[in-house]
Amino acid sequence: MISQKHPELAEIFNKDEARVNWHDDTLWWIRAKRDKAAHGISEWELLRETASQLKNNVLSNLHEYLIQFEANAKANGIHVHWAADAKEHNQIVLSLLQKKGITQMVKSKSMLTEECHLNDYLEKNGIDVIDSDLGERIVQLAKEPPSHIVLPCIHKKKEEIGQIFHEHLGTAAGVSDPQVLTETARIHLRETFLTRRSALTGVNFAVAETGEFVVCTNEGNADMGAHLAEIHIASMGIEKLIPKKKHLSVFLRLLTRSATGQPITTYSSHFKKPRPGQEMHLVLVDNGRSIQLGRESFRNSLKCIRCGACMNTCPVYRRSGGHSYHNAIAGPIGAILAPNLDMKEYADLPFASTLCGSCTHVCPVKIDIHDQLYKWRQVIVKEGYVPASKTMAMKIMDFTLSSPTRFKLAGKVGRWTLKNAGFTLNNKFNPWFKNREMPEAPKESFTEWYQRNHKDNL
Amino acid sequence: MRVGLFIPCYVNQFYPNAAIATLKLLKQLGVDVVYPLNQTCCGQPMANSGFEHLTKGCDELFVANFAEFDYIVSPSGSCVLHIKDHLHDDQHPEKATHIRHHVYELVEFLTDVLKVETLNATFPFKVGLHQSCHGQRGLHLSQMSELIAKPFSKPMQLLNLVKGIEMVQLTRPDECCGFGGTFCVAEEAVSSKMGKDRVEDHLVNGAEYITAADMSCLMHMEGILKRKNSKVKVLHIAEILTAAHD
Amino acid sequence: MSREKILAAILNNQPESTEMPADLSFGSKSKEEVTAKFIEMITLIGGNVIMINDIAEINDYVSSNFNAADELITFVPELAHYPSFTGLEKPHQFVSTEFAVFQPHFAVAENGAVWITEDLMGHRVLPFICQHLGMLVRKDNIVANMHEAYQIIESHDYGFGTFIAGPSKTADIEQSLVLGAHGARSMTVFLM
Repeated sequence: MISQKHPELAEIFNKDEARVNWHDDTLWWIRAKRDKAAHGISEWELLRETASQLKNNVLSNLHEYLIQFEANAKANGIHVHWAADAKEHNQIVLSLLQKKGITQMVKSKSMLTEECHLNDYLEKNGIDVIDSDLGERIVQLAKEPPSHIVLPCIHKKKEEIGQIFHEHLGTAAGVSDPQVLTETARIHLRETFLTRRSALTGVNFAVAETGEFVVCTNEGNADMGAHLAEIHIASMGIEKLIPKKKHLSVFLRLLTRSATGQPITTYSSHFKKPRPGQEMHLVLVDNGRSIQLGRESFRNSLKCIRCGACMNTCPVYRRSGGHSYHNAIAGPIGAILAPNLDMKEYADLPFASTLCGSCTHVCPVKIDIHDQLYKWRQVIVKEGYVPASKTMAMKIMDFTLSSPTRFKLAGKVGRWTLKNAGFTLNNKFNPWFKNREMPEAPKESFTEWYQRNHKDNL
Repeated sequence: MRVGLFIPCYVNQFYPNAAIATLKLLKQLGVDVVYPLNQTCCGQPMANSGFEHLTKGCDELFVANFAEFDYIVSPSGSCVLHIKDHLHDDQHPEKATHIRHHVYELVEFLTDVLKVETLNATFPFKVGLHQSCHGQRGLHLSQMSELIAKPFSKPMQLLNLVKGIEMVQLTRPDECCGFGGTFCVAEEAVSSKMGKDRVEDHLVNGAEYITAADMSCLMHMEGILKRKNSKVKVLHIAEILTAAHD
Repeated sequence: MSREKILAAILNNQPESTEMPADLSFGSKSKEEVTAKFIEMITLIGGNVIMINDIAEINDYVSSNFNAADELITFVPELAHYPSFTGLEKPHQFVSTEFAVFQPHFAVAENGAVWITEDLMGHRVLPFICQHLGMLVRKDNIVANMHEAYQIIESHDYGFGTFIAGPSKTADIEQSLVLGAHGARSMTVFLM
């Protein structure tokens, strides 16, 4: 249980204003690149609507599609496993490695494995795991979780990355040129790909019709790992299905443009059958997804294709950083997925938002994110996961506002206090006052003005 | 056509000038406006904080005060959106429905119902328009930058009718100001940083006044401007649309 | 068994079935438009385009740009370095491949990608493990967008297939784009 929640973590993040500006500018720039790419496709909104309807169709027929997918995948020679939760997923992966006497694995990006804390589990069981995505490798060496689902070390400056490489990969101190650092990682990881017998990848899309799955990368690390390994394990959330192969056209047009503004990732690899002599395994993971599917207000969160566009556009995420969400998946989508897994731990996340709605409208599959944030708030309060002080304050507010007399009195008192006892509000105990002046007290309310002037003026 | 004027609770108590300007504007346009004296609040502060179940009192009062009008108009995008989405009354469901279908934010009432094409206002200053989120993305007062769609802006349409006004171009035209209701104190650090950045965008682009259709955003930005000892002032859009300058 | 448990939970929780949307298709574009767009996109994503009139020109490119000592593979039967694979090769033996050229099925104009399946790769790892990558694309084989692409792929069967759009890349270090991550450092499209 993390004790510090989003408000405290965000406050710490905001102590270094220059850094917040840098983080915010960088992510806004990515949002701008997304806009540019989307503007290049006049049918963009039609694509979003189509993708949204496809995912609605998938979720409402998930049972059938999963059975179809499993049958087709098996017919292709892929071993299919089912994991009810994170623990079972991790156990399945471990046993597959142990069966072959493997103690080293190379992994390409999989947010699902972050969710399952796979790396920690494998390490505790004697398996050495190297994350091959450059951003993931950096945070792995730094012993931190990724802060963004697509850009794992967006929170790190190149000098910091240079220092990490100096400590762990032998580059000279003070080297921070991205070209040099990337070359270092290329050589280091090439060695890893060539010497590891097992590779684990995520799954971007799995096709029910054909039993194949697609893995998208810019770096080529998923392919380098998989094509050199004796055993390729693919970890997949059960919601990652799409009905037919042709539907990939819609999703592959939307995914990377939404994520980084690129027209497509460098590699969109379709894995259908294992390489001759290779074992290919796919682990289907539930871990709370079937529960979320049953939540009418929140099931649409399962449409997510993990593009990260919501994070890039979120003015709160950009100014608080992914680690403030203390969850594998941060930002707006994280805030509507996480409470399903642990409402107490993640009760703060749906409140880390102004409900501005920007996320909903960049989402390529039209998840009603900001509406779900509002609805989660109602659920969390009902379940009792807000502080008693807040409940008290709200009850007082309701009491005051549901009576015209009390409302008018409260207003009078407020104005009087501002005017005559400002010191009670203009101090460090008033959170508003930390960075803002209080409003000035007008001499009368509008109601009082209206009553005075009603028939005469105007 | 009888219009019921709905004034947001905090505007009533702390920013009466915005309400006075709204009333003045509607009267100038020949609208038969009535101001129910016993109105309080739309209930949004509690609902957005997760306490929807405590808004029954506000809902009932709202229905009692406003059900009789042909239109209900308010100088607040977020309050109007809240009423549209959430007003309900178990005793009088049809009254609540009537209100939900006839409640308008001030700007959209002028452009869509009154179809205003001229205004007798003068405001020879540089003005930055802040696009309040609920009005923009919720009520579609203007096109949001997220969508690949035709641009339009109802507030801008009205502001362009004001003589002498110069609208400044912002770097991020529709980013949230960070007020967000109780968010402004519950997540104070991020809220004030968002406000600071929003204000900075206006300052860097030369605004002398910041305007919006929502006083809550302006209250938050004003707090930051005053802390900076800035000469820039905030004005509700109604105040600019009724401005007379000699 | 987890499988049964999961499927039962899903069956119980999934909502009323909703319809699948209509397939998308967009008006046809001229060959010139499509070719021009492809060239624009492949350049934007960090690839190079070399116009050729004859396949043999690729041999010239190879000899001018690479040394005799470099390991070169051209998986195009007409070209000089066409290998004869038995199918029993281990992927690791290709580790020192300097340059590899392939002939994909087709290219996609909207994003500069080419579609290539296992049978045209020689070995799955080859297009990824080589230091520099070449693709032979014919102007007649460029489609406008991904919808048209999948109309063709519909009928393809393969154990492995991939879209490759330019050289491997990363922007993980302060969003500075670097070409040459773990896959090829460069991609040259020979367009004829």
